[in-house]
Amino acid sequence: MKHWINQHTLVWRLVLSRILRAKLSTLMIWSVIGIALSLPAILYVVIDNLNQLAGQVKNEPQVSVFMKLDAEPATVEAFRKNLEQHKGIAKQQFVSKEVAWQEMQELSQNVASQLDRNPLPDAFFIEPKDHSPEAISQLQREIEGWPGVEHVLADADWAKRLYALLQLGQKAVLVLSGLLGFALVAVIGNTIRLQIATQREEIEVSKLIGATDGFIRRPFLYAGTLYGLGGSLIALLFVNGILTIFNLSVADLAELYGSSFILTLPGWEISLGVIACAVTLGWIGSYIAVNRSLARLNPN
Amino acid sequence: MIRFDQVIKRYRGSDEILRNVSFEIAAGELAFVTGHSGAGKSTLLKLMAGIERPSSGTVLIGNQNVSKLRPRMLPYLRRKFGLVFQDHKLLYDRNCFENVALPLYINGVTGQEAARRIRAALDKVGLLGKEKAMPITLSGGEQQRLAIARAVVSRPAILIADEPTGNLDEEYATDIMRLFHAFQQVGVTVIIATHDAHGIQSIPAKLLHLDHGKLTAS
Repeated sequence: MKHWINQHTLVWRLVLSRILRAKLSTLMIWSVIGIALSLPAILYVVIDNLNQLAGQVKNEPQVSVFMKLDAEPATVEAFRKNLEQHKGIAKQQFVSKEVAWQEMQELSQNVASQLDRNPLPDAFFIEPKDHSPEAISQLQREIEGWPGVEHVLADADWAKRLYALLQLGQKAVLVLSGLLGFALVAVIGNTIRLQIATQREEIEVSKLIGATDGFIRRPFLYAGTLYGLGGSLIALLFVNGILTIFNLSVADLAELYGSSFILTLPGWEISLGVIACAVTLGWIGSYIAVNRSLARLNPN
Repeated sequence: MIRFDQVIKRYRGSDEILRNVSFEIAAGELAFVTGHSGAGKSTLLKLMAGIERPSSGTVLIGNQNVSKLRPRMLPYLRRKFGLVFQDHKLLYDRNCFENVALPLYINGVTGQEAARRIRAALDKVGLLGKEKAMPITLSGGEQQRLAIARAVVSRPAILIADEPTGNLDEEYATDIMRLFHAFQQVGVTVIIATHDAHGIQSIPAKLLHLDHGKLTAS
């Protein structure tokens, strides 16, 4: 056990001293890995954020009914009764023009303060029982004919489009991660291959005097793992930095829409995931590189 | 300790380097492998140390059949040997102390225990004062002695040397031979390949003479 610990601390010391000796090239490879990792990570975080933003509308297609501005309360009340009796409606919610006006004043004072009177109509928000696009558009057409109705808006279509777009985005993240993961294995593998080339004599001699493949592999595996670790930390730095810069503009943009939406920075699960991925890929890359050169040294 | 039984070795696209070689070396014996260059001396030593495998026949080390040994067990076989290579195979990017340390680290011996044994080995070959020196600053004879220190530091039962005196003048060569003899005196089995037969007559030893891959005297 003591030998085992001694041997591993020895290898770590060796690997760390090698990495520190080649500061510039270590920094370079960390940056390359960092950039390769941060691209899919940023895309993932952005899509994840949009997904959450779309979350409210995504699953419940809603039909919004806006009454005429001059509709009489009696007309509105009759409309509400009609809705209650309608068989195709699961839920309905009435938002009077006064309530809507108040909400708007709370949400965005800028816009509200510039208006001298309430421009908002009475509105109903309906959730149909049948979520299929055909049923929704039929309901939409039916309600449009009722008295006092100004406009009926079915948001199922754009919600579906957004949802499909987000799914496409998620696939893009997957593909990009796969490709860049492959590139990462290649980059780390190649770096380790170059290191092996400079230490060929040592490997050869060690092998001849009884070193196991594991002993020879160990420092290179540790180095590959460290490259992955350093690269992923730089990637997290990039991701958080870039998203913070993005957020300055996103906040401005969101404010124009009266929203306080900003991109949420990656949480610890995602950060850990990025680190674990990079460390694993680094390990795999160096394992492949070392095994290829070990195979050449084995007797046949 | 070491037994060859009808061993044939041929490389792909070449004649037989060793033809039907059979012999036995007992534990604690000193053996010289002689013959002209290209007679197969190095190949014979490589077969002993498990660096090459025989094309046919059996090589027994202790009671282990080298040709049937699984590849993953080879490193453990090699640790029984101290190897001195024809070209030293020293590592020129590290000092004498670290060169000798390598076999110990491979065996998992580190720290104080390793340092003690490294100094003992360097002392044995007369290089104790040069532990911080880089191998490139050493003379040919000193480099050879450093290679011997590395070979004996993990106290192997068998010491194998390929042309250890090849590039040395006579005085150094006698020196080195005396060193090997001293190891044999304390119980180590020593096998030395050499092309010059003189200088070894003074030491009582087993002689394995190779001629074009055939053993002509043993």
